Amino acid sequence: MTEKPIRVLIAKPGVDGHDVGAKVVCRALMEAGMQVVYTGLRKSPEEIAKAARELDADVVGLSIMSGAHLPLSEKVAASLKQAGVTRAKLLVGGVIPARDRGALEALGVAAVFGVDATLADVVSWVRANAGRAA
Amino acid sequence: MSNPKVVWDSGIEIAPVYAPEGAEKPGEYPYTRGIHPLMYRQRPWTMRQYSGFGTAAETHERFLFLIKNGNTGLNVAFDLPTQCGLDSDDPMAEGEIGRVGMAVDTLADMEEAFAGIDLNKISVSLTINGSAVAIMAMYFAMAEKRGFPLAELRGTAQNDILKEFVGRGTWIFPVEPSVRLVGDTIEFCARQVPHYSPVSVCGYHIRESGATPAQEMAYGLAIACAYVDHVRARGLDVDEFAQGISFNFDIYGNLWEQIAKFRAGRRLWAKIMKERYGAKNPKAMQLRMIAGGGGAGLTVEQPLNNLVRSAYYALASALSGTQTMALCSYDEAYTIPSEQAAKLSLRTMQILMTEVGACDTVDPLAGSYFVESATDEMEQRIVQVMQKLDAEGGVLTAIAEGRVQADVSRQAYEHKQRVERGEIKKVGVNCFVDDEPSPDVEFHPYRREEAEKQIARLARVRAERSAAEVEKALEAVRAAARDGTNVMPAVIAAVKAYATVGEVCGALVQVFGRYQEPVRF
Repeated sequence: MTEKPIRVLIAKPGVDGHDVGAKVVCRALMEAGMQVVYTGLRKSPEEIAKAARELDADVVGLSIMSGAHLPLSEKVAASLKQAGVTRAKLLVGGVIPARDRGALEALGVAAVFGVDATLADVVSWVRANAGRAA
Repeated sequence: MSNPKVVWDSGIEIAPVYAPEGAEKPGEYPYTRGIHPLMYRQRPWTMRQYSGFGTAAETHERFLFLIKNGNTGLNVAFDLPTQCGLDSDDPMAEGEIGRVGMAVDTLADMEEAFAGIDLNKISVSLTINGSAVAIMAMYFAMAEKRGFPLAELRGTAQNDILKEFVGRGTWIFPVEPSVRLVGDTIEFCARQVPHYSPVSVCGYHIRESGATPAQEMAYGLAIACAYVDHVRARGLDVDEFAQGISFNFDIYGNLWEQIAKFRAGRRLWAKIMKERYGAKNPKAMQLRMIAGGGGAGLTVEQPLNNLVRSAYYALASALSGTQTMALCSYDEAYTIPSEQAAKLSLRTMQILMTEVGACDTVDPLAGSYFVESATDEMEQRIVQVMQKLDAEGGVLTAIAEGRVQADVSRQAYEHKQRVERGEIKKVGVNCFVDDEPSPDVEFHPYRREEAEKQIARLARVRAERSAAEVEKALEAVRAAARDGTNVMPAVIAAVKAYATVGEVCGALVQVFGRYQEPVRF
């Protein structure tokens, strides 16, 4: 039996409409052989949690460029928990100051990718940390 | 400034225009060389830095700072809830109030932001799209209350919804009613606010989303044609309204490619307006633009390098004959500019304008074998992209189906890969990299208490206004939306009764529904 591909949900929480980065990451993960679902813009934490549950996602990646990464990540983390999505690793990408990384990790965020991250960084992290046996 | 003599230190006197006998001159159709005969020798470009954050009171202070330092226009940034038609007390607005721009809920905010600013002297551009009818209505209502008659009011609204479906993403209604609302604003302004530009068509954000410069110009012109077609179908002649359509383009990347893009785009727009639409009024054929920005060219690595990049972008913009310029500040790759960074952007333009001769003569590159040839080839490339769009069913369908979005996003991916592989060089990113890591990004402080103040202010306005009057006014908005009457008069009446942005957009959603995004990447 062939191994099932890693499943990744990329989501845009809140009202930020800048999605170039989210879509670029989606394509990079897809070309690396993963199953990728992109939510589109302006999704509520509940909608993101529902999509993550339906996909049975291994990884949920949030793209946030507006600076609202702390309140938005907190709400999404809570919604994921409430929806019973406990296995998926939570990633945050966007314009994230280094000093906020600790606060994001305390919210349960497994990794943060800033604007200087490369696609290769993201792909290899997901591959290594998607929570599947190699 | 009215064309004073320009004499160099060496004694050489510089003419406003150089052109051999019989050659195209600036201010002449098809305007390759610029839309005015004397361009910057008569009047330099308007400097209009993008700004706004927090509450109207905070933004007002930044406006005064910019004006004091020589900004000759204002380019207003609104926060994301305002741009998406949400009030500050909407649950989706939480954490975003006043973050990337000024929070506006009601006319009271608009009044506070512009208090004491002479709207005849400072031309104001509103960067607003999805909720543009509400925000434009508030601006008009505010101006009238301040004693600036609409018949004389100048300024611009971005109000280019079609590009929002491709990049930027502040859409609210489906594509068709969205275009109808843009049409309502164009028609309303043609009749009542004739000196105002109700639309600034943006190639800018499509380029930032991954398009090439030729595609940027092609998509921009195609989108402008879509608005022109829509308004002509209402029975208006292009000579009555097309002068209200202006443009917003991006500058980063190759200097010469940008210059060729602008010269070619200007010529092509004039030809389209004259040949396809039968324009006779020169103003309807002239491509007026704001050109600058260059956000996608800036880097978070070695951020001071962005100052140098911006200076070159400004030079490209001036050599391209722009009407208005705005530069991204060196810290704008990651935050709202600090006062110092915003001032340096202004100084960059001022040095170009006053010290190094960018205004000496009109279209100084005209006649260069290289630039003229690049301009001609660029025009052909732009035409090819526009013809392909038309052959595939037109720009409206291409956007509604998400095809343009998918194309530019694939290109953005390829670009990013080429940067990562080092095929496209970026100083400080993949060459001339510092040993030590870049300093942490310094954010504009976000103050939660300002957001709370805004919510309290909104509650106060809601309590003080007449609920019955607001409901009646909103019903009139719904009625106009339903029966196809121009919504602008009803929206202006509603905001004068202190209806909120969220209420006006909500009333329109009840009639038009919401856009369902075709999710493609």
